[in-house]
Amino acid sequence: MGVLARVIPEGKQARRETLAFYFSISPWIIGTLFFTIGPVIASLLLSFTKYSPGVGFKLPVWLGLENYQTLIHDRIVWKSLQVTVYYTILAVPLGIVASLSLAVLLNQDVPGLSIFRTIYYLPSVITGVAVSFLWMWILNPQFGIINYVIAVLVGPSGIIPLGIQGPKWFFSEQWAVPGLVVMSLWGLGGPMIIYLASLQGVPTPLYDAATIDGANAWQRFRHITLPLISPVILFTFITGMIGSFQVFTQAYIISGGDGGPNYATMFYVLNIFMNAFRFYRMGYASALAWILFWIILALTLLSLRASRRMIYYEAPGERR
Amino acid sequence: MADQVAERIVTRRGPIVSSWERLKRRLKSKSFRSGVATTMATILAIAGALMILFPIAWMLSTSLKTKFGVFKIPPEWIPMNPQWHNYSEALTFNPFHIYFKNTIFYAVSVMIGELLSCSLIAYGFARLRAPGRDKLFLAVLATMMLPAQVTIIPRYIFFVRVLGWRDSYKPLIVPAFFGSAYLIFLLRQFYMGISKEMDEAARIDGCGYFSTWWRIILPLSKPALGAVAILSFMWHWNTFMGPLLYLSSNKKYTLSLGLQMFRAPFGGTPFHWLMAASLVTVLPCVIVFFFTQRYFIQGIVITGLKG
Repeated sequence: MGVLARVIPEGKQARRETLAFYFSISPWIIGTLFFTIGPVIASLLLSFTKYSPGVGFKLPVWLGLENYQTLIHDRIVWKSLQVTVYYTILAVPLGIVASLSLAVLLNQDVPGLSIFRTIYYLPSVITGVAVSFLWMWILNPQFGIINYVIAVLVGPSGIIPLGIQGPKWFFSEQWAVPGLVVMSLWGLGGPMIIYLASLQGVPTPLYDAATIDGANAWQRFRHITLPLISPVILFTFITGMIGSFQVFTQAYIISGGDGGPNYATMFYVLNIFMNAFRFYRMGYASALAWILFWIILALTLLSLRASRRMIYYEAPGERR
Repeated sequence: MADQVAERIVTRRGPIVSSWERLKRRLKSKSFRSGVATTMATILAIAGALMILFPIAWMLSTSLKTKFGVFKIPPEWIPMNPQWHNYSEALTFNPFHIYFKNTIFYAVSVMIGELLSCSLIAYGFARLRAPGRDKLFLAVLATMMLPAQVTIIPRYIFFVRVLGWRDSYKPLIVPAFFGSAYLIFLLRQFYMGISKEMDEAARIDGCGYFSTWWRIILPLSKPALGAVAILSFMWHWNTFMGPLLYLSSNKKYTLSLGLQMFRAPFGGTPFHWLMAASLVTVLPCVIVFFFTQRYFIQGIVITGLKG
């Protein structure tokens, strides 16, 4: 049978394999055409139109660049960018520092590592609506547990009476986004697992050599650990940034769908959603979506470019 | 005094060391310091774990209080009279059994769709050779980077206006049978690690490409398939925007939509019920996670380290 296989001409075998390949890929090709490429082109075209389908059939009206001009003057769009950027600036660095610290902590030969991993990862498994409601309750200004703890510790009649009162969190313009950041920090187990795995890939002899040369713990961390796991940190940074620019569910749930109070939680994607599916300004919303695409692309490329000097990549062929 | 010192020099080996010196030396020794470090790390890790678990415990605690008991200050940490009936009330106040059924139907259907399609597609990318294969795989990766917002509006128009799939699960389930970039990537990486000798042995025995996939590769990739199944199931169990967009009638709602029904204006939201229902919503994922964490974490780590 093996001899027979070699007798079959190369061309015919290759052709059958090619056919098999494209057949196995076909669901992806069809899906990408209809659900990705088609929609991408359609939304680009839509962004140049006014399309407000209500009841009945209406055709898009060509507007040229008018949507983009409107968007530049739209105060809510700028506010939504501000909210999203504010959240990103808080959540991403804090998240990385917290997850990384935790990973380093757990990497200290802590007993029961797998139990800790499970516990810390648990919140990432239950994302979504339930978690948003849970944190709305925990951060409730009058009855939430966090404000109670604040009152007990530093309130007017607290252990250290500083007279500090817990903020109004999701009911306050200043504290709504920080509240969301706190909520996001609960999920620090996700990146932590990745950091932990990469920390365990750092060869111990490096640390030993450094210790012999007299390096203390911080120096070892800064000059061995950090460089060696820097690609992973970059990865979580970029994915974290992209994710925080796309926040929707939490914002919708805690604000009851209106991005309040006073647009303090009007995240960019929430604004897109409102424009498209509440105000039926689908052309305008498509323009907004494309702006988001360019923003995310620019930020990703910027991050990659800026990180080149900071990331240590092992020589090709050494790790695979 | 001099003869005592002399005696010490004569009877002991090594330099003269007082007990205070010996204590200091032991405190500075590497094994002690690393032992202290480990203990401190363990204590911090335990403290952190308790803080992480606390919200979930608080969810349970709130769910067992009375409607006004939840507002007591100082708060009751462990309710004296656990109101277990809250659960049956919360779950019948709105038809949660229907939402539960819907969510299971939705999550399982999508999971099956993604398992079947992604494993076949990844097999093609990993094992079959053809011109243009690697460029197409780059395209797969590129689609991973596309923010969903650019496509949701036309997809909505396509599904609802062109195909007429209003108030239906079809727009949510059908695309799952056409692959998902992230899962394709995960499976392809895994397949590439399976030894090719299996394929060749199967080929010699007369298997075509698809029998090889179905009978050899699939059974060998159970861990990866497990990871895919779990990731897919959990992600779709919790998802919100999709059902929000495409489902309008209450009886079709998923759990994530149904939870919203507890909202009431002017602080009238019944938190005890909301927390009870939330806990029930969250419980299946927690249980699945506990039983399958190895696969789960493996999946995350594979894509995280190679990404």
